[in-house]
Amino acid sequence: MIANILTNRLVNDIAGGATQGVVFSLVALCLVLIWRATRVLNFAQGPMAMFVTYIGMTQMEHNLNFWVAAAISVIVGFVFSALTEIVIVKPLYHTAEINPIVVMVGLFTLLEALAAAIWTNVPRYPTAPFSSINFQSDGNPTGLSPLASFQIVAALLVMTFVAGLFNYTSLGLKLRASALSPEVSKLLGIRVDRLLTLGWGIAGAVGAVAGVVVSVNTGITPGMLDALFVFGFIAAAIGGLDSPLGALVAGIGIGIMMQLVDDFWNSNYADIVAVVLLIVVLMIRPQGMFSKNSARRV
Amino acid sequence: MISISNLSVAYGAIVALDDVTIEAPTGAITAVLGANGAGKTTLLRTISGLVKPRSGSITANGHALIGERPDAIARLGIAHVPEGRGVIAEFTVEENLHLGALGAKTNVAAGLEEQYALFPVLKERRKQYAAQLSGGERQMLALGRAMIANPQILLLDEPSLGLAPLVTQDIMNTIKILCANSGLTVILVEQNAKSALKISDYAAVLHVGKSIAVRPAAEVAADESLRSYYLGMAE
Repeated sequence: MIANILTNRLVNDIAGGATQGVVFSLVALCLVLIWRATRVLNFAQGPMAMFVTYIGMTQMEHNLNFWVAAAISVIVGFVFSALTEIVIVKPLYHTAEINPIVVMVGLFTLLEALAAAIWTNVPRYPTAPFSSINFQSDGNPTGLSPLASFQIVAALLVMTFVAGLFNYTSLGLKLRASALSPEVSKLLGIRVDRLLTLGWGIAGAVGAVAGVVVSVNTGITPGMLDALFVFGFIAAAIGGLDSPLGALVAGIGIGIMMQLVDDFWNSNYADIVAVVLLIVVLMIRPQGMFSKNSARRV
Repeated sequence: MISISNLSVAYGAIVALDDVTIEAPTGAITAVLGANGAGKTTLLRTISGLVKPRSGSITANGHALIGERPDAIARLGIAHVPEGRGVIAEFTVEENLHLGALGAKTNVAAGLEEQYALFPVLKERRKQYAAQLSGGERQMLALGRAMIANPQILLLDEPSLGLAPLVTQDIMNTIKILCANSGLTVILVEQNAKSALKISDYAAVLHVGKSIAVRPAAEVAADESLRSYYLGMAE
C-alpha cells in the first residue's frame, strides 16, 4: 500500500517534471543551435521569444484560432531572429567575443521595456484547446493533463523535426558544415552567410514554440521566460553547448530533478540544486555531458 | 587558363605578395614552389577570394575573380583544396563528398559513383568519419570532394604535407592522371619541389613575395641558380 502510494507519487513527479523539463529543453535547443552556428551565446533568446509570443498569441483576443495565433508567433519568431542576425549580429562576428554578448544583453533589456510599453505588465491569458485538469486513473488524478501532454508532444515534435532536418537532409548537411567549417564550406561553393542566418531563424522559431507553450500555462508577461531561460541555459551548459541531444536530455533531467526535490525535500531548494548540479558537471566535464568537443581538434 | 597579373597582397604592413605575375595554361599542371613564407598559400587564398589583394588582377577562363565572394568563385568551377586538406573531421567520408556536390550543385549520386571508382578506398570507408582516416586517405578525400564538383581549375595547397614519400608519390600520380583525363588546369603549391616538378608542366618560383620564374618545369628543375630559392636557402 505504502509502496503503491510512493510509486504513484514518483510517477506523478516524473510526469510533472518532464512537462516542465521539455520547455527547458526547447530553450536549451535554441541556445545550442545559435552557439553551434555562430559561436554567439544569445542572451536575448528569452525576450525575443516573449516578444513574438505577444505578437501572435494576443491575436486570440480578436477571436483568432489558437493554432493560427501560434503559427503567427512561430513564423514571426523565425523572421525576427533571422533579421536580428543580419542586422545586429553579423557586423560583430570578427570583433571581440564580448561584443555580441553585450549587444544581446542590450536587446534583452530593450525588448522587455518595449513589451511593457506596448502590452503593459498585466498578464494576458491565451487559452489552449486543451484542458488543464489532470487525467484520472481509477478515480485518482494522475500527474498529467491534456494540456501537459500537448506541451510534451509539441516540444518533442519540434525537437524531432530539428534533429531530422539537421541530420537527414541536404540542407541540414550544409547547415552543419557552415557551422563546423565556414571557410571550407565557402571554398566548396556553399553560401555560408545565408545558412547561418537560416540557423538563427530556426532557433527563433523553436523559441517561439517555447513561448506559445508557456503562454497557455502561465500567461504572457514581459518577463515570462526569464526564469525559464536560466534553467534552459543550465540545461544547455550541462548537456554541452554543441549537442542538441544533450539539450533534450539535460532539460528533461533537470525538470524531473527539480520536481523531485520540490516534492520530497523543500521547494525552495529546487533552483539551488539545479545550479549546484551545473557547477558539479562543469567541474568534472567542462565541455558538458554530451559534447564531442575533444574530437574536434584534428 | 588562369592569369595572375601584377598581384600584390599585404596583411597590414607585411607584404605577402609583391607584383606577382603567373600564368597557368589550360590542361597543364603549374607548380608554384618556394620556401616557407614565400607567399604560396596567400596566392591560392587570393585566387579563391578568401584574401582581398591590394592591387592586380586575376582572371580564370575569362572571368575576373577579384571582388567576387569565395563561394561564387567556387561555383565558377574553381576548386581549392586548402592547406591541411580541409576535410570536415566530424563528417563521414560520404558526407564530405556529398557536401562537395551540394556546393557545386552537381548530381550527388553520379558524382559519388565516379569518385568511388577513382578512389576505391573511399568507398570502403564511406561510413567512417574523416577523423579516422590516414593522412593519405584524407588527401584522397579532399581530392575526391574537389573533383565531384566537376571543376575546370584545381588549386592544391601542399598536398604532400605530412605524408610519407611513397604516399606522396601516389597522390602526385593521381593528380597527374586527373589532369590528363579531364583537361583540368592545376596550380600545385608545394614545398616538396622534387615531387612537384616530376609531374608538373610548368613551374613558378616565389621568393619573399616575388615571382622569379615561370618556365617549363624541366628547365626550372635543371636550373641550379633557382634551386636555392625553393629549397629555402637563399638570403
